[in-house]
Amino acid sequence: MNVFVNGTQESIEPCTLAQFIALKKLDAGALVVELNRQIIKQEFWSTTELQDDDRLEMLSFVGGG
Amino acid sequence: MSDDVLLLGGKEFSNRLLTGTGKFGNHGQISKMLAASGSQMITVALRRVDITEQSENILEYIPKDVTLLPNTSGARTAEQAVRVARIAREAGCGDFIKIEVITDMKYLMPDNWETLKATEILAKEGFKVLPYVLPDLPLAKRLENAGAAAVMPLGAPIGTNRGLETKPLIAMLIENASVPIVVDAGIGKPSQAAAAMEMGADAVLVNTAIATANDPEAMGRAFDLAVKAGRVAYLAEMAEASTHARASSPLTGFLDE
Repeated sequence: MNVFVNGTQESIEPCTLAQFIALKKLDAGALVVELNRQIIKQEFWSTTELQDDDRLEMLSFVGGG
Repeated sequence: MSDDVLLLGGKEFSNRLLTGTGKFGNHGQISKMLAASGSQMITVALRRVDITEQSENILEYIPKDVTLLPNTSGARTAEQAVRVARIAREAGCGDFIKIEVITDMKYLMPDNWETLKATEILAKEGFKVLPYVLPDLPLAKRLENAGAAAVMPLGAPIGTNRGLETKPLIAMLIENASVPIVVDAGIGKPSQAAAAMEMGADAVLVNTAIATANDPEAMGRAFDLAVKAGRVAYLAEMAEASTHARASSPLTGFLDE
């Protein structure tokens, strides 16, 4: 199935959000996730199944003034 | 002076130097700068991660007793700023938000109109809103009425280190505002931070001048001292300047008179 990650289309096997983040080796502690414009708190990552055409925003805090 | 606290969004701060996390050579410098400056509030930005590479978590370099001030930089509309603010709060960054909406990419001038719209929305949602604006008194009053926790006028365009170019306009805000005035952007030297505090600003926010100094830790300390000096001078109520000299030693009673 296809999902959009930070605006880029990606083909992935069906999985949960937690599995996807682990697959990408992203630092979970630093990550903020928006799924179809809804913020998904970390406690719900493992129960959130990704769906075809989902739009994911993977964000984190960076330096800024 | 010990009870001279800054009340910002219902929270007490004993240090009036707000700092930023941008432009440091490495994240380790941020922790050292915070310790040296005593700054109790620091800005962070929110961006998409590069999912192809590992990166450090900047929040690990900010002690828990330092209040985070996420900014909405990158937003070009009120709607985008509101979205970023909600994400930052959901991410556990607390209720403070610096509204920064910029549509002009040459001078990075804040868009006061979009900033006011975002402030109106976010204040109603319980955010402690610190809008970054071009100093304008009627706008500042509108921001106050909208529930802003402070107003943050720029001294000069972001990152220019030119100091208090908008001084007379900031003075109007200080004289008339009922919320704290935090001079943000453009302050390039400790003496300029001191000048802002001497004229009655409640706090200053400094990022570039500290982060891009050869020694950010020492510069953080220098800004802390300057802000404290300016604040004490303001509270001490400075003597007026005059055109003509006024002797500070007696003019009579000299030897052969």
